[in-house]
Amino acid sequence: MPIVEQNGNAKAAPVATDAFAIEVRDLRHRFGAQQVLKGVDLNCLRGHITTIVGPSGCGKTVLLKHLNLLMRADSGRIVIEGVDVTRLGNSGLDEVRKQFGMLFQAGALFDSMTVFDNVAFPLVENTRMERDEIAMKVREMLANVGLKGMENKYPSELSGGMQKRAALARALIRNPKILMLDEPTTGLDPTRTGSIHALIRHTQQRFGLTVVMVSHDVPAVFEISDRVAFMHEGRMKLTGTPAEVTAANDEVFNRFLAGRAAGDERDAAAL
Amino acid sequence: MSTIVELIVRLGALVIDNVTALGNFVLFLTTALWCAITPPYKPRLTIRQMRSIGAESIMLVALIGAFTGMVLGLQGYNTLRRFGSEGALGTVVALVLVRELGPVLAALMVTARAGSAMAAELGSMQATEQIDALAVMAINPIQYLVSPRVIAGVISFPLLTSIFDVIGIWGGYLIGVGLMGAPGGSYLNGIAQNMSGHDIMTGLYKALVFGLVVMWVCCYKGYHAQRMATGVSRATTEAVVLSSVLILAWDYFLTSILL
Repeated sequence: MPIVEQNGNAKAAPVATDAFAIEVRDLRHRFGAQQVLKGVDLNCLRGHITTIVGPSGCGKTVLLKHLNLLMRADSGRIVIEGVDVTRLGNSGLDEVRKQFGMLFQAGALFDSMTVFDNVAFPLVENTRMERDEIAMKVREMLANVGLKGMENKYPSELSGGMQKRAALARALIRNPKILMLDEPTTGLDPTRTGSIHALIRHTQQRFGLTVVMVSHDVPAVFEISDRVAFMHEGRMKLTGTPAEVTAANDEVFNRFLAGRAAGDERDAAAL
Repeated sequence: MSTIVELIVRLGALVIDNVTALGNFVLFLTTALWCAITPPYKPRLTIRQMRSIGAESIMLVALIGAFTGMVLGLQGYNTLRRFGSEGALGTVVALVLVRELGPVLAALMVTARAGSAMAAELGSMQATEQIDALAVMAINPIQYLVSPRVIAGVISFPLLTSIFDVIGIWGGYLIGVGLMGAPGGSYLNGIAQNMSGHDIMTGLYKALVFGLVVMWVCCYKGYHAQRMATGVSRATTEAVVLSSVLILAWDYFLTSILL
């Protein structure tokens, strides 16, 4: 799939096909006087990892909150597994949410519950499974994420990386079709970052998930990403495979990749 | 001219913001009450909150009730003795406790203890995205977090008030009769003859309303805390202050209606 044009406005993406788990069309959202999303277009291929990158304040997390239905857009469309969620009421949204798993930036584990109870929570609240069956699924999932034997720990007793793993187990326990991750490696050292990335790739391949991830961890995250979407000032500026976006030679993207904000070099020279 | 226009614009914006906030405040309660009476019901969560709000407040309420009754016994005896009316001590202590001090002081104490903890807990959950996590898991956060607390408050406050009243009356007896020498028979007979069911129900109605108001305010402030450390502390402070003010305000309104 070719990358979109590098003119500050994403070219209108092709008509929706069965290959896309998530399609976003001209999404707009304003907070007070500030327009945060200025017409976002995005396609997420089913069974692939799509990583959204961009400078701080460009609207990545706001976009993710629209995709996981925590926010409603002012205008535009979001189609998830063929369902236009922008037209749904609350009960309809809940049905769509059951297809998601979400890993929040800090894990968002419930402090008053053990790791076991955290991971079991979606099953206890949303299914009629028997307690023994739930226990078996929870132990299996914790083993999958490398937390075997940690069932009785509380979140405060876990390291940052272990909390992310427990949160990932909770996100996966209901066999979602789509997994969303909000900066899963923020706050982790390079070793833990590598292991989380490896876990995400392994999990995606094992369960055949569609993964949408927001990450600051460039270029390391490119190693596990099938597609990258570069967001800039409320719009998608580049999308494509990691090789395509890197080879696009876009000035703004290159500056972002090099870790420089726009105009910093000129400002430093002027001083 | 532009200054005047700017002032009008700012005033208008202030009014709109405050009316919007008030509307959100009321909608929050109506949503919580609607969720409380629609499935899925959360009996275990409600019982857990009743333990947290009610059972764990019993010792505090009993302690405050005892001291309140003892002070009433002491002050009441010294005042009534000037008029030769020591025999009315029981009536005075009981009516003051049951109609006013019981529901108000019990509510204030539970606000300080359980209300502040509730606002802090919900604020902390908001700051760490735990409330968002519930929503993403297709669990209504208000139905899960707020409705059980509101129900627990409405049930617990009248029960705690009753405990406060009984302990307070006993405290007044201990000091007024035991220490100061007021006639014990008159103390108890006065209560039996002069306290009616209406007096008792007045206090319990107040406690029920206070329970609803305190849970509403504390849950609202915690749920809408700003996502930072100062946001949680501010929410907790505002929850306790606003709850306390509303308890006293509603006490006046209810007294004027129920007298």
